[in-house]
Amino acid sequence: AEATTKRMAWVTQVAAVRDAKDKAAFAELFAYFAPRVKSFLMKSGASPDLAEECAQEVMVTLWNKAHLFDPAKASVSTWIFTIARNRRIDLLRKQKRPEPEDLPWGPEAEPEQAEAMGLQQETEQLGQALAALPAEQRKLIERAYFGELSHSEIAAETGLPLGTIKSRIRLALERLRHTMK
Amino acid sequence: MTKIKHHLTDALLMGYAAGSLPEAFNLVVATHISMCDTCRAALAEFEAVGGEVMLDADPVDMAEDALTAAMARIMAAPRREQPKAAPVRGVFPAPLRDYVSGDLDRVKWRKIGGGVSQMVLKTDGGASVRLLRIPAGTAVPDHGHRGTELTLVLQGAFVDETDRFGAGDIEVANEDLNHTPVAEQGVDCICLAATDAPLRFKGLLPRIAQRFIGI
Ligand SMILES: [Zn+2]
Ligand SMILES: [Zn+2]
Repeated sequence: AEATTKRMAWVTQVAAVRDAKDKAAFAELFAYFAPRVKSFLMKSGASPDLAEECAQEVMVTLWNKAHLFDPAKASVSTWIFTIARNRRIDLLRKQKRPEPEDLPWGPEAEPEQAEAMGLQQETEQLGQALAALPAEQRKLIERAYFGELSHSEIAAETGLPLGTIKSRIRLALERLRHTMK
Repeated sequence: MTKIKHHLTDALLMGYAAGSLPEAFNLVVATHISMCDTCRAALAEFEAVGGEVMLDADPVDMAEDALTAAMARIMAAPRREQPKAAPVRGVFPAPLRDYVSGDLDRVKWRKIGGGVSQMVLKTDGGASVRLLRIPAGTAVPDHGHRGTELTLVLQGAFVDETDRFGAGDIEVANEDLNHTPVAEQGVDCICLAATDAPLRFKGLLPRIAQRFIGI
C-alpha cells in the first residue's frame, strides 16, 4: 500500500506540472527519475555525457507532454520509460520509430480515480514480481530492455518468465475491452 | 472490423517495447497494434515491465546543475499545444500512412511477376518492409525463410498451409515454415510484409526473379 501511495504521489506531481506548471513537483520527479533514466541509458550503451544530456531531455519532455499522461493507462515509471526508450532509438540508432495510431474514441473523459489507483497497484505488483524472480531470469529481462537481445534471441530464450509478467497487469486489457464495446 | 485471430508474438511485443526491433519490424508491429486492442493492451504490459526495469537500475548521479539546466531549457522553449489532427479513415492505419504519404490510393505499385505487385518502403537497420498486392486467387511462389518474416493483412485474405489470414491478422514465419500463400477469391489481398533475411524460393524462376525484386 505504501508503494502504491508513492506511485499515486508521482501521478499527483505530474498533474501539478500539467495544471500549475509546478516547479517544486517537477523538482521532485526530476530528483527521483533523472538518475534512473541516466542509469538506464548508460546500461543501454550511451556514454555518461550522452546519458546525462538525454536524461535531461527526457525530463523536459515530461514537462512539455504532461497533458498526454493518463494514469489509468500507465504508471509514471512506465510513461517515463517510453519517453527514454524513444529518445534512445533517436540518438543511438538514429532511426524513426513508428507509433501505433491513437485510439479512435476521441478525447477521453478525466480517468476515474479508482481506475488510476488500480493500474498503479498492478504496476507495483509487477515490479515486486520482477524483483522476486530468480536472478538469472531477471538478468535476461534486463538485457532485453537494455536492448542487448535481438527479437530472435528473445524468441529463443525459453527462460523468460513471460507468463508471470503478463498475468500481472490485466487492468489495462480489461479497460480497453470495455472501452471498445 | 473482422475479428483478429493471429496476433503478435510475445518476443515481438517485448522487442517493440524494449525498442530493439529494426525499423521495418517496428512499422509492422505499430500497424498491427493500430488495428488490434488485444495486442495494444499486451504492449502496455511489456512497457510496464520496461518501466520497472528502469526503476530498478542503480541511480547514477546527475550533474550538479542538471535541474537548473533542464528548467532553463523549459523556459527557453515554451511548449506549443499541437492541435490534434482529425483521424483519417481508410485502409491504412496512421503509422503506415506516414510511410506511404497517404492511403492505398497513393501506393506506387511495381509489378514483380506472377501478377503480384509491391512497393518497398524506406527503412533503416537490417530488415526490409514492403506492401504486396496479390490478385484474388493468385499464389505467392512456394518459399522458406532464413530469418523472420512478418506478414500483416490489410485487405482481403490469404490462406497457406497453416491457416487463413484475414484483415488485421499477422503471420510470423521463421526457418521452420515453408509455405505457399494464396490470396482468397474476392478482393485483391494487400499485405505489409517485413523480413530480416532473404526468402528461400524453391522454384528456379522465382529465384532468378528474386535478384531483381530484392525480397
Ligand atoms: Zn493482435
Ligand atoms: Zn513467407
